[in-house]
Amino acid sequence: MAATQEVKPSNDTAVGTVVPRGGFIAAALTVLAAAAAVFAAQHGFSAYVVTLLALLFINAALAVSLTLTNGLTGLFSLGHPAFMTIGAYVAAILTFSARRKGSMLPDLPEWLAATELSMLPALLIAGLAGGLVALAIGGAVLRLKGHYLAVATLGLIIVVQGLATNWDGITRGGAGLSGLPRHVNVWWAFGFLVFVVALTWRMKFSSLGRAMMAVRENELAAECSGINAARLKILAFVVGAVLAAMAGALLSHLISVVTPKTYSVLLAFNIVVMVVIGGSGSITGALAAAAAITILSESLRPVEESVGLYGLSQVIVALCLILVLYLKPAGLFGSGEPAVVRRLFSGRKEP
Amino acid sequence: MSQYLFQQLINGLALGSLYALVAIGFSMIYGIVRLINFAHGDLVMIGAFSTLALVTAGVPWPLILVFVLTIGAIAGMTIETIVFRPIRGASQVTGFIATLAVSIAIQNSALMILSGQPRNFLFPAGMRQRVGLGGVNASLTDIVIIVLTLALIAGLFLIVYRTRLGTAMRATAENLTAARLMGVAVNRTILAAFAIGSALAAVSGLFWGGKFGQIDPLLGFVPGLKAFVACVIGGVGSIGGAMMGGYILGLAEVLFVGLLPQEFSGYRDTFVFLLLIVILLVRPSGLFVRQTEERA
Repeated sequence: MAATQEVKPSNDTAVGTVVPRGGFIAAALTVLAAAAAVFAAQHGFSAYVVTLLALLFINAALAVSLTLTNGLTGLFSLGHPAFMTIGAYVAAILTFSARRKGSMLPDLPEWLAATELSMLPALLIAGLAGGLVALAIGGAVLRLKGHYLAVATLGLIIVVQGLATNWDGITRGGAGLSGLPRHVNVWWAFGFLVFVVALTWRMKFSSLGRAMMAVRENELAAECSGINAARLKILAFVVGAVLAAMAGALLSHLISVVTPKTYSVLLAFNIVVMVVIGGSGSITGALAAAAAITILSESLRPVEESVGLYGLSQVIVALCLILVLYLKPAGLFGSGEPAVVRRLFSGRKEP
Repeated sequence: MSQYLFQQLINGLALGSLYALVAIGFSMIYGIVRLINFAHGDLVMIGAFSTLALVTAGVPWPLILVFVLTIGAIAGMTIETIVFRPIRGASQVTGFIATLAVSIAIQNSALMILSGQPRNFLFPAGMRQRVGLGGVNASLTDIVIIVLTLALIAGLFLIVYRTRLGTAMRATAENLTAARLMGVAVNRTILAAFAIGSALAAVSGLFWGGKFGQIDPLLGFVPGLKAFVACVIGGVGSIGGAMMGGYILGLAEVLFVGLLPQEFSGYRDTFVFLLLIVILLVRPSGLFVRQTEERA
């Protein structure tokens, strides 16, 4: 990554096409430190906490990937759960034991029923499938703007759920696929999060990211300065969908089950909350908000169960969101990264 | 006309009435404050459970109708005052997210208080019989729903086109700033739009329970989404368009299930949302409305 880079004069802060070497070292050290912390957690805490940690990482990766689509490019898409469902089913069908597939999923073609892949190829194919679907519908749906796009993508969730429920020769209907091999542990989730953050960060601080933000701020002006807005929007949508599909595949192999309702509108809402509270477009914000909300709702779960008030944590999350919209409509970090984070990872001072 | 086709027609019109009642409020609110109100569907749920509570308390049916209208209006005004008014003027997407948050909060509060268990819900026995109409027959419930809906819509049109309040509403929808400069009490007008729209949604909850016989705290979600689809069909922001959109959607859905082979009936909602995406792409401003506002 660092091999092709050169250090530009420090006054060139507006168009950050270059990440100096210092930033790369800082990032590598941060990842190492985080990995050490994960290692310590894996050996110091119960299996439950470690699974929770994996869940937190995947949620954070989802939030960051949505930052790319919604935050940077300004496409208000709620379609993440649809792509997650697609990814989860594709990966599940590929990793499922060939012995059980024949009887459980009678409509699978012969060659598919005989295949049994390990996690990495299944994950990549899942991502590819999500990306292809996004590419196919993106051309049409992305002509819509604002909340029209939001509702169309919300409709996409219902369409995918309907297919997963009714196409039972391949998906086993509403019962879903259970007993998936538990291929995913906390390290998979951690690796995925690092990958997503690195990718998004590189995109954001490149000419591509600047062009995306230009489209978000004013599409007409962006096009006038030579940006192909339509292509850029599809790119952001497809990359977001690929990452969502991969996250869905990972999550279903972590909890070893996928049903048509596993990834629902509620999930879309929760990811959007993370992005909005963090500040749409801010990677740091998405990470912080994802961590905070996952921890908040998971720690409220025992309270819910002991008091018998199921739904309490979700009400609190919703109220938190309304509060943030009142007090800080741009989110905690706005569209940028906090100065400390930027200085650390890009090796230059904020203007 | 064969009994089968007639039955499908009545069924579709009744379902269309439910959608129309929800869609009209949705469209009124959008027309005035440019807000896609996701919490609107949850007023259907509030209406249904209020009805159940009132029936259990032994209130006579005509009074229940009045009470449910009132409860819906109060709920709508409360949401508008507490949540939407403070963030007025924020971006469209911010408003949309806020309505989503309100919806999630209402649904989960209902889950907390009422539990997710579906409850049975019955109209009085007299209303559940079938009536004959020259060789064919239909469920009385469906007919009552259709007739009452038409009456409510007629009342609404009277308010919107024959009163000062209605004039103020139309003026505000046309241009909020100009209306304010002309001395329209804009906040009060918006509040009235929320009250009327929400009251209609709550009544559709009453009908919903009567038609399907079972209610649960999450029942508002799908009608809310479909109301949006109905609005898009008719042109978002137009009251007449929303009404037509609701009827078209109801009939289309029933015909889709009734005329295609059995194995397709599970794809009902899939069909509705594919329809939505197609209409948004082909005629983004709706079938009946000429609009220049940018949405596609």
